[in-house]
Amino acid sequence: MSAQEIAFVILAGVGSLGALRLVTSQNVVHAALYLVVTLAMVGAVYLLVAAEFLAWVQVLIYVGAIVVLLLFSLMLTKAPIGRETLDNQQRALAAFAGIGVLVGLVFLIQDTFGGKPPIRLQPATTSQIGASLFRGFVLPFEVVSVLLLAALIGAVVIARKDEVE
Amino acid sequence: MIAAARIRLPFLLFFGAVLFSAGVYGVLARRNAVLVLMSIELMLNAVNVNLVAFGAYLRDVLLTGQIFALFVITVAAAEVGIGLAIVILIYRNRETINVDEVNLLKW
Repeated sequence: MSAQEIAFVILAGVGSLGALRLVTSQNVVHAALYLVVTLAMVGAVYLLVAAEFLAWVQVLIYVGAIVVLLLFSLMLTKAPIGRETLDNQQRALAAFAGIGVLVGLVFLIQDTFGGKPPIRLQPATTSQIGASLFRGFVLPFEVVSVLLLAALIGAVVIARKDEVE
Repeated sequence: MIAAARIRLPFLLFFGAVLFSAGVYGVLARRNAVLVLMSIELMLNAVNVNLVAFGAYLRDVLLTGQIFALFVITVAAAEVGIGLAIVILIYRNRETINVDEVNLLKW
């Protein structure tokens, strides 16, 4: 195993552990903090495969914005605690489905990509990303900006308190 | 030197698979709507890991994998904003955000 692979196994181990604790935790605030761990580890994995811009976007948007948004909504909905209020009665069935998906994916990945040579990583600089984004993907970029604007306005309109008439 | 770094593709894909399965379990087993949204974020992250991994594997000069991951992150941000607005609205009307108790549209 190369140094990159050892580092990756450590990061992915911590990230997977955080993900498992996130879906089994009995305290919603702890679950949100485990989400931070998992997202940060995913960002570190991006750094490891030399996708530096994506790593910082991950930290900025996921760890910075989305987790704060989730914590705010936990606060506004008075975050209950306890297994019966957080989980439904189909835990066993859900675990079966999750493990089934995992086993199927692992089998497929090993079967398809098991013997392939390792990736030789090449760093993707921010300027390369920018050049590709604004040369090849201008229209999707504009569509996504309109989508974000619509989501922003929609969220404000939905969550606003109605005035008493 | 980063240029000589090597990593095997299945490692990255296994990580994505673990995150995705945890997300599937979370979406199916949780009652709290905010926790369901968190599990969806987990699944979207698994997809992003796979996109970046395949982008590196195929040595794409246009970096399509990473750019598509950027778009997924943007759409996920929009989704979480709208989703949480709806959750807060449901809480205001029903005093609960358990997804199995919100059955107004149930046939």
